[in-house]
Amino acid sequence: MTLDAASITPRQSFWQGLRHGGPFVLIVGPFGIVFGVVATDAGLTLAQTMGFTIAVIAGAAQLTAVQLMTEQAPTVIVLVTALAVNLRMAMYSASLAPHIGAAPLWQRALIAYLMVDQAYATSILRYEQQPGLSLPAKVAYYFGVVSLICPVWYLGTLAGALVGNQIPESVPIGAAVPIAFIALIGPMLRTLAHVGAALVSVVLALALAWIPYNLGLLVAALAAMAAGALIETWQQGRGA
Amino acid sequence: MTLSSTTVWMVIVVLAAGTFALRFSFLGMIGGRQIPGWALRLLRYTPVAVIPGLMAPQIARPMAETGLPDPTLLGAVAVTLLVGIWRRNAIWAMLSGALVLGALTLLRVALAP
Repeated sequence: MTLDAASITPRQSFWQGLRHGGPFVLIVGPFGIVFGVVATDAGLTLAQTMGFTIAVIAGAAQLTAVQLMTEQAPTVIVLVTALAVNLRMAMYSASLAPHIGAAPLWQRALIAYLMVDQAYATSILRYEQQPGLSLPAKVAYYFGVVSLICPVWYLGTLAGALVGNQIPESVPIGAAVPIAFIALIGPMLRTLAHVGAALVSVVLALALAWIPYNLGLLVAALAAMAAGALIETWQQGRGA
Repeated sequence: MTLSSTTVWMVIVVLAAGTFALRFSFLGMIGGRQIPGWALRLLRYTPVAVIPGLMAPQIARPMAETGLPDPTLLGAVAVTLLVGIWRRNAIWAMLSGALVLGALTLLRVALAP
């Protein structure tokens, strides 16, 4: 921590971002491999798998889309559900805007394209702790954070897609998807509202599985979001 | 398992465009307009609202032989969830789940008649 944040140059800020983002490659790399293997297993070509990873860069939404496509869900449902997984990105965008919203358009567009969970979480923490950082230093920090994470995501997917066909039948690849997803969910269950939302989601998704076109999942997700928001409001009301 | 190439590419293009629109939404606006509080409150719960519901039917799906969910998968998922909650770390959760899955699968192969 430098005392005078305003004196940090963009170059220093970039390297700080790179260091702070570095450890996340341990999550992003294996997750990329899982996506590459699962997508290949589902019958996607190498070009399609890499197209997903490079154009979308959102692992959970990509896995959701591939999962629903293999369940023969209608394309509209595939898209709506996968985009619902990414709704949180709008929240990240709103949260980052006061800090870097004044950057040039091309920088904001690039920031948006590279906006992954880890980049948002690392950068917003920095901006809140160092409000005196100059705008170029803030932008450089963000680019530092993503400069390892995003390439490792692409390479992880590529590695997974290339080895995906050579994995023997006896290895339970199908189980990689629930494990990868549930591994992301565990650390998110940090408040009662998050736990409540997750429980409502599970119970309703199972109870409504009979609704055609996977619409039950959308109903369950909307109810779960409402449950989370209600529990949060209720807890604030009690001063908790 | 065959997916139509056109469908897959359409999903990729629309998902990429839609995701970019979500990411760019507020950064793209001039003047930094604020999201209303109630909307932020709902958006905060999207990942925990969608992902558990997406996975639950797959995890609970009955196996053809027994009519019960796959105990190997249930065990691995339970460990993944518990380690994730305990360590607050997705990579440890994923590794633990994979380890349990591997161990239980080997055990089942070894015990198979």
